[in-house]
Formats: sequence, structure tokens, C-alpha cells
Amino acid sequence: MHLKPFAQHALHAATTGGRRYHIWMGSLTVIMLAGAFAYSLQLRHGLAVTGMNDHVSWGLYISNFTFLVGLAAAAMMLVMPAYILHDVDFARAVLMAEAVAVAALVMCLTFVVIDIGSPQNFWHLIPIIGYLNWPRSLLAWDVIVLNGYLAINLVIPFYILYSRFSGRQPDKRKYIPWMYVAVMWAVSIHLVTAFLLAGLPARPFWNTALLGPRFLASAFTAGPAFVILLLSFIKRETKYEISDGAFSKLALITTAAAQVNLVMLISELFYKFYSPTHHGINARYLFFGIDGHRALVPWIWAAIAINALATVALMIHPIRRNQRWLMFASGALFVAIWVEKGIGLVVPGFIPSPLGEIVEYTPTLVEIAVTAGVWALGMFVLTVLVRVALPIELGEARSPYIDSNKAAPVVRPRPARVSAAEARLPRPDSRPGTRRNDLH
Amino acid sequence: MSADDMTQAESEDERTLLQQKMDRRRALQVLLSGAAVGVSAVAACTPLKGVMSEDEREVRLLAWREYIKGNYRFMTEEERAATIARLERIAKVKRNVDIHIQSTGAQPGVEFGYAFNISKCKGFRSCVQACINENNLDRKAATQYIRIFEMENGVIDLDDADATFQHEVPAEGHFYMGTQCFQCVDPPCVKVCPVGATWQEPDGITVIDYDWCIGCRYCMAACPYWARRFNWEEPEVPAEEVNTNQHYLGNRARRAGAVEKCTFCIHRTRQGRLPACAEACPTGARVFGNLLDPNSEIRWVLANKKVFRLKEDLKTEPRFWYFTD
Repeated sequence: MHLKPFAQHALHAATTGGRRYHIWMGSLTVIMLAGAFAYSLQLRHGLAVTGMNDHVSWGLYISNFTFLVGLAAAAMMLVMPAYILHDVDFARAVLMAEAVAVAALVMCLTFVVIDIGSPQNFWHLIPIIGYLNWPRSLLAWDVIVLNGYLAINLVIPFYILYSRFSGRQPDKRKYIPWMYVAVMWAVSIHLVTAFLLAGLPARPFWNTALLGPRFLASAFTAGPAFVILLLSFIKRETKYEISDGAFSKLALITTAAAQVNLVMLISELFYKFYSPTHHGINARYLFFGIDGHRALVPWIWAAIAINALATVALMIHPIRRNQRWLMFASGALFVAIWVEKGIGLVVPGFIPSPLGEIVEYTPTLVEIAVTAGVWALGMFVLTVLVRVALPIELGEARSPYIDSNKAAPVVRPRPARVSAAEARLPRPDSRPGTRRNDLH
Repeated sequence: MSADDMTQAESEDERTLLQQKMDRRRALQVLLSGAAVGVSAVAACTPLKGVMSEDEREVRLLAWREYIKGNYRFMTEEERAATIARLERIAKVKRNVDIHIQSTGAQPGVEFGYAFNISKCKGFRSCVQACINENNLDRKAATQYIRIFEMENGVIDLDDADATFQHEVPAEGHFYMGTQCFQCVDPPCVKVCPVGATWQEPDGITVIDYDWCIGCRYCMAACPYWARRFNWEEPEVPAEEVNTNQHYLGNRARRAGAVEKCTFCIHRTRQGRLPACAEACPTGARVFGNLLDPNSEIRWVLANKKVFRLKEDLKTEPRFWYFTD
């Protein structure tokens, strides 16, 4: 019964806003259209319009996919404390984190689809009408876990938001069990993606036991870092209250994970360079270049330097507690890990080739445009989800069919900033019904 | 009710542009006129077309039936015959080429094996050229299944080898080693394919159903011997150079977005012939035969020569051995 007003609210929330909002969404749309055009070129002329070749057969698309799976998984870092441990601070932030997970997953699935050479054959992956090579193929595992994770992250927040919108308390018995599943699922989506790479003896750069744990560590660094940036923006621009406790806990998680990530990186470097065997040749190409081929060398050193500096900075309490420095360090970590785990992981796995040949990779304009388009799509999805969720969480958006005697308890909003003109207006009546802080 | 954005200075202009109140009739007018403009723009850009020719119609129908077919591996004999008939018909109508696609299965009691004599190979690359011609390889991308490496005497290390040499062969102080798909007993490529588009036949050849492949290229990442190639764009073979003796799982026309590789010339070897590379080699460096036949030359080589395989430690068990005189 409340579905139609919910849809109306969603449409309204997504399309209404001030000038900055429309400029933001308009810019994203332009980038998405440019990406779509570039992708149409790829469909018409084949993947030859990209910089990939028989030697480096995965490039920018799979690099971004690998990084974004981590982002999606790390959003669950907030779910567990919020729902299961009843952490007060995280309760506010958890729906935003799930929006990040959905946006990241949409980007992941899009990157995979645009990377495959015959997207029209995607239905071959569906069991019964196609053939899914499960359990032998890790890619088949990935298809299952990614779609399942997307389903969980769409259905549960929808249930919670819809319940609140309809004036009902969401039933804990319905979603808490799924939250336990979701937390384990989050770890598994990233482990499966890591195993996808680590299970290939043909690629010694990836074929280590540490790849899975490294993926998790870098995901739990970049994920909360991004959520910190998002929550900072929400706190500054909206009435939604996010406690300092939430930020400090997120910052702590990011810092701890960044430290673990650095330790794992040092471990890998030692293993690969202490006794230089054939297994370390890809690392030698990445960090020092081989025979004058050194396309990735500046990238990886810059990424590691930024990573290390940001980690050390976050370890210093006064810096971590300062909102501005925290945002800066989080953004730096996010970018550094994108380089290190994206192109700094996927591309060197192919150089040199299994037969020792060195063919380098440079993404073409088409690839960059498509990649930008997919990122714009993700940011678009994220913006829409946040704008739909916030009014419901603030108690401002409710279904018109609710019985007014049984209005749902609302989240107390922070007092709104008022302009001088608004202050002169008579104050609005306070909302009928009970008013108490709700912690889900 | 406005959403959470808190811009204080919304000008009257924006309000009129983006939040204009409109009644239903006006909205309908705007939408319809917009649609009319859009349709006329598209129509103006689309050239006038006549009715589709009979040939085009037929090809479209055949192409649709080809698109919805299943994995060749699980097809019945009738379904296999049907898809082959369609492919032959499409080639005839579209390019006026009479091709013959086999669906010959693995012969019982046959397991193919290959041996490569490093002493005899002089780097001529006759095998490479024969393979290109025999298997209808893409001329535009210059696809080659076979790679011939030139190495300095003293150490067998592919990291120091050169496959792009362009000088008179054999070069002093160097020797030559060729690679191609080794049809491993435990192929990593088969394990990783998410749709089962590649599998190993009972006679040992790892094959690909090009139409079932989704082009994810996971198999290319998994192969330790760089045996697989991808069609980054539509392959081109001049009509007069097309080898019309084809096999569905081998050298038939491939398409953009599918992976391909050496199949030990499945269209020849399942008829009892040698692969093109073995036949073309002028020095006799290539030995091919049935591993299950105790009297075959390949069995003699394995019994009497010191053989080795590449990357033995990966336990892929290639069916391709190297030996010296």
C-alpha cells in the first residue's frame, strides 16, 4: 500500500535539489553519456579499441573491478557493529555504508560486463539455460557471490527504509540473521576475487597465499576511508547527525587496516626481492622496470609513498582527530590503494608473459572514457540512494497513509541552519506522536 | 517537501526552469512535440532502405538460430549436424565460399602427443606460416599459434629468449625452441572457464566452442604457456586463402570476442594426418603421433631420448616434450 508513495518519494528525492545538486548530477550524466559512446565504439569495433593485447589481456577494467569489490566488501565493516553489536555511533552511518556497497557493486558488475568480449553471450552464465562451471571456476563463484551480495544489500536496506517510511518499526528478527550472513558474505566476495587471481600458477605475481589477506586489508583501508569522506559530506551539507564517535571509530579501522596492509606489502616485497627467483620477475618489472620497460615504476612508487605517509599521519592522534586532516588522509589512502591494487596489481601480473616476453600496456582514450563513465554511474547511483534514504532516516518523509496516532519514532535532527529571513517566520508546529531517539 | 540540500540562494530562474508547475495538457504537449522532433531527427538521418533481400533475410534467421544454440559439448548429433549446416550455409551466402565443416569425434584408442627436437630446429618458422594458412588465422592481427624462441647456448631460460628475431638463421651459438598449446593432461584453462566453453576431448585435444565463449579471457590468464589468443576485433582472412577443410572445434571461421588456440590441427589429425606444422618442418624437428600406439614414433622418442617439458613443476602434464639428438 505504501509502495506508490515510496516510489514517488524516491523519484522526488532523486530529481529535486538546488543548483549544486543539479550541476553534480548533470556532470555525472555527461560523463556517463561519454562513457556510453566510447562503449558503443568498443561494441562496434571490438576490444581492439582498448590497449589490451594477447599478452596483457586484462587492463583498466579488471583493475577497477578488483579495487571496487574491496570497496563493496568493506562497507560491511559498519554493518556488523551497527546491527549486531548495537553500536550507537555506527547506527546512523550504516545505511550510508550500504549505499556505498550497492554503488560499488553496480560498478563492479558493469566493469565485468564491459570487459568481456561477447557481452551478448552473458546468458551462457545462467545455470539451466546456459552452463555455469561451478564449483571449478572461481569466476563462476564470483558471479554467484557478487549477485547475492547485491541482492542482500538491496533488499535489507529497502526493507528497513520502507518500514520506516510506512510508519512501522522494522522487525529485527527479519533482518538481523541476514546481517550475520551479509558480514560473512562480504568477506567472501573479496576472498573469492582474490582466489580468482591467486589460484593461477601461471601468474607468479598473484600466486601467493597472502593475496587474499592483502585484499581484505586494503579493502578495509579504502572502504572506511571512502565512507569517512561520504559521511563528512553528509554531516556538513545536511541535517543528518553523525557523531564524532562514528568518525573516530571509522578512522581507527582505516588506520589499523592501513598498518596491516603496509606490513603485508613489506612481507611481499621481502619474499620477492630477497632471493630473486623467476617468481619475482613481475615484481622486478613493477618496481624497477626490465630492460628499459618501466611504464609502471613511477605509479607504484608514488602509490606506496602516499600510502605510507597517509598511514603514518593517521597513526598520529591529533591528525586523526582533525576532521580536515582525516578527510585528506582518507582521500589520499583511497587513491593510493586504487593505484596499488588496481593497475599496480592486475597489469604487472601479465608482464613479463609466461614465456618471458615483455609487452607493455597503455590504456586508450576509449578505455579511459568508459572507465570514467562507469565511475560516474557509481557516483550517480550512490547519490540517488543517499538522497532517497536521508529524508526517511530524518523522519521527514513518511507515507501519507500512516495512521497519525501511531507515527513512527523519528530520528531527532540537528537544528537546521536558518537564514535571517527564515528566522523571522513563525516557527512550525512540532510533529505529533512520540519523539525518541531510535537505534534501529 | 524539499530534500536535504541546503543551498540558500536558489534564484528565481532555477525555480522556474526546473520546478515549473505544469498541467497535464501542457506536459503532454511538450512530450509529444519532443518525441516528434526526436523521431523526425532520426528519420532524417536514416537513409531510405528497400525491402531486405532474400539472402539477408536468410542470413539473419540463421544467425538468430546460431545465437540461441547451446554448448556444442552437450549437443546431440542432430543438433551438431544442424549447426554445421547453418554455418556452411552462412559462409556460402555471405562470402560465396564452399566450406566443409567436420564434426569428427575423437577416435577410440587415440591420445595425441608431440615431441620437438631442439637440435634439429633451425628457426626457419615454416611451421608458423603453415599453421597460419592451415588454420585460417587472422591476417590483420597477424595471429600466430606457434612461437619460435631463439636462445643462447648454455641455458634454457625463456626470460632471456627472443621470439622476434629477424635475421638469418640458424644464428651462431644459439638454438631454437618452439611453443604452442601443449594440450595438457590437467589443463588450467579448462578449470577456470566460467561457462565451460573450453574442455578436453578424449583424444587429448583441448578444444573451444567459439560461439559459446563469452570472451572473459580468464583462460588466457590461466595458461602457463601463453598458448591462447583472443580476437580483439573481427578476424580477416582473404577469401582465396581460406582453408575450406574445417572442423567445428578447430579452424572454422572465428569471430570477434572469442578465444582460440592451436588444436593440433584437429581437422587433419582426426583423419589420420599430421598437423600442418609437423608436415611443414623441413628439418624433421617435429614428431607427432598417438601416445597409445606402442609402435608410434612419439613413443619411440619418449622411450629412447632424454625428454623434458616446460614448467614441469606446475604439474600441468603437457603432452608436448622437448628432446635433443
